Amino acid sequence: MTYEELLTQTALADERVVVMTAENRALVRNMPQNLGNRFVDTGITEQTMIGAAAGLALRGRTPVVHALAAFLSMRAYEFIRTDVGIGNLPVKLSSFIPGFLSDGNGPTHQAVEDIALMRGIPNMQVFCPADEQDLLQMLPSIWASKSPSYVRISTRPATYQHKQPFEIGCAEVVSRGSDVTILVYGMLFEQALIAANFLRHDGYSVGLVNMRSLKPVDEAVILEICASSDLVVTVEDHFLTGGLYSIVAETLLKYRKTAHVHPFALKGKWYKPGRLNEVLEHEGFTGAQLARAIIEHLVENLAD
Amino acid sequence: MNNEQLTDLQKIALNVREHIIRMSTDGGCFTGASLSATDLVVYLYKQFLNITKETLNDPGRDYLFLSKGHDVPALYGTFVELGWLPVERLNNHLSTRDSIYWHPNVKVPGIEFHSGSLGHLPSVALGVALDCKITGSPNKVVCILGDGELNEGSVWEAVLVANAYKLDNLLFVVDRNFFQANMPTEELIPLEPLVDKFSAFGAAVKRIDGHDFTALDDALSIFPFQSGKLNVLIADTRRGKGLPSIEARADRWFCNFTHDEVGALLAELHGEHTATLESETLVVR
Repeated sequence: MTYEELLTQTALADERVVVMTAENRALVRNMPQNLGNRFVDTGITEQTMIGAAAGLALRGRTPVVHALAAFLSMRAYEFIRTDVGIGNLPVKLSSFIPGFLSDGNGPTHQAVEDIALMRGIPNMQVFCPADEQDLLQMLPSIWASKSPSYVRISTRPATYQHKQPFEIGCAEVVSRGSDVTILVYGMLFEQALIAANFLRHDGYSVGLVNMRSLKPVDEAVILEICASSDLVVTVEDHFLTGGLYSIVAETLLKYRKTAHVHPFALKGKWYKPGRLNEVLEHEGFTGAQLARAIIEHLVENLAD
Repeated sequence: MNNEQLTDLQKIALNVREHIIRMSTDGGCFTGASLSATDLVVYLYKQFLNITKETLNDPGRDYLFLSKGHDVPALYGTFVELGWLPVERLNNHLSTRDSIYWHPNVKVPGIEFHSGSLGHLPSVALGVALDCKITGSPNKVVCILGDGELNEGSVWEAVLVANAYKLDNLLFVVDRNFFQANMPTEELIPLEPLVDKFSAFGAAVKRIDGHDFTALDDALSIFPFQSGKLNVLIADTRRGKGLPSIEARADRWFCNFTHDEVGALLAELHGEHTATLESETLVVR
């Protein structure tokens, strides 16, 4: 099943669902003929689409809205915060080509601060599926929830069979390890999986967690990992500020715990645009590069 | 509209203005803006919208969204007159004990949505109107906008989208008092010719004297006045209408009167004499 098929099926089964887009039809091309007047394209008007979604939600609808992550999270930010956030309305934001997925588009299209922005809004939930299989597993409960939510859409094919059923607020623990545990979300899960295999091959005990639900976040898993792993790394295609690294730091401080945490994130600059595999290589986020950097870190900082 | 209805509207509008003047103390409120919108608000709730105390949350009711949130004292005053809101609650204006402050809050019965950030409610109202079209519900949806608010690009986006979806159940009412916060509109960001601007965006537009109930009734007695299009009513008004001592003054957007001044202002409202105000009560935000 694809994202579009799941959304179509859901909308046909639940007349509350209205599908909206600000002229970004990549994910919903076949929906106009299937949904009729419950498919609403407002044109290139991200803020007006959000306001209209709030109005539809006031009438009992659950709008699922689509726009490029950069424009949805920033162009429409104040509308999301003010109309959807203050109103606490069940508007579901489907945000696509986030993070590294905007590959060659350039910095205007890079949503690498969206997690920080969205999780700053009271009532807003934030989800980051690893791939299409993870996404499809997550969406039914996200759409069924009465809360507003932001979903960083990834429709990349899965390279890992996600078996742990999705629950809002729960991470997916793929493996546990005592030397290092990688906390990751979104499309970089695939690279983290590769990195974990490299590390295991080199004899390390490696944990890997798909964080999935960034708000609410799985505090129990964060605390457990930080207590049981010598090194914790966070991996994200997001600015260092306000993303997963910040979430881990806030969680540790809240419970008066500490840990050795090393972040892999974009540090104060937009990434060099290009084809995705080249971007990953250039920015040092391939599985092999992550594994090498983690080993260096283990050797340098954790040597007895 | 018969003479009796007209007299009734005039009496209610006078009472609402009294409420606004009383709310313009102990911290004050946006008096000038509220007084310019009073007649519009009173007309819409009394004559145009199908909303009663019993149907405030009924999906079949009509809707009024106040996008220029500063006018909310005009709404609260009207709600008191309609029997939706106990008059004592107006005394809690700006108190954290109540939910009545400088911008609309849905916790007050009759308020459909919060506002305060300009250019938002045209699109929220659009969403509601769109749903009424999708479901075939006959509800009318009104959104009151300030003229200064027309600076916001999102207003014009909403006009384009409303027309694209032929939302003739949606009415934008522009409180055209010719002032934005600190400046006359035409001196800062000129808006005229305003009818032409909305028309060029595809809307059906009427322009009337926003203090003339008969003109309002003539304009809106048949609605939509043009089907298949967003309907826009530009209502020419005066900031501070009813109090000649503050009318059409740039520095009378926000007022914080002393209790001693209220009696004179109420007398001025009733045409008995002209109040003179102490200079320290002039507060411009």
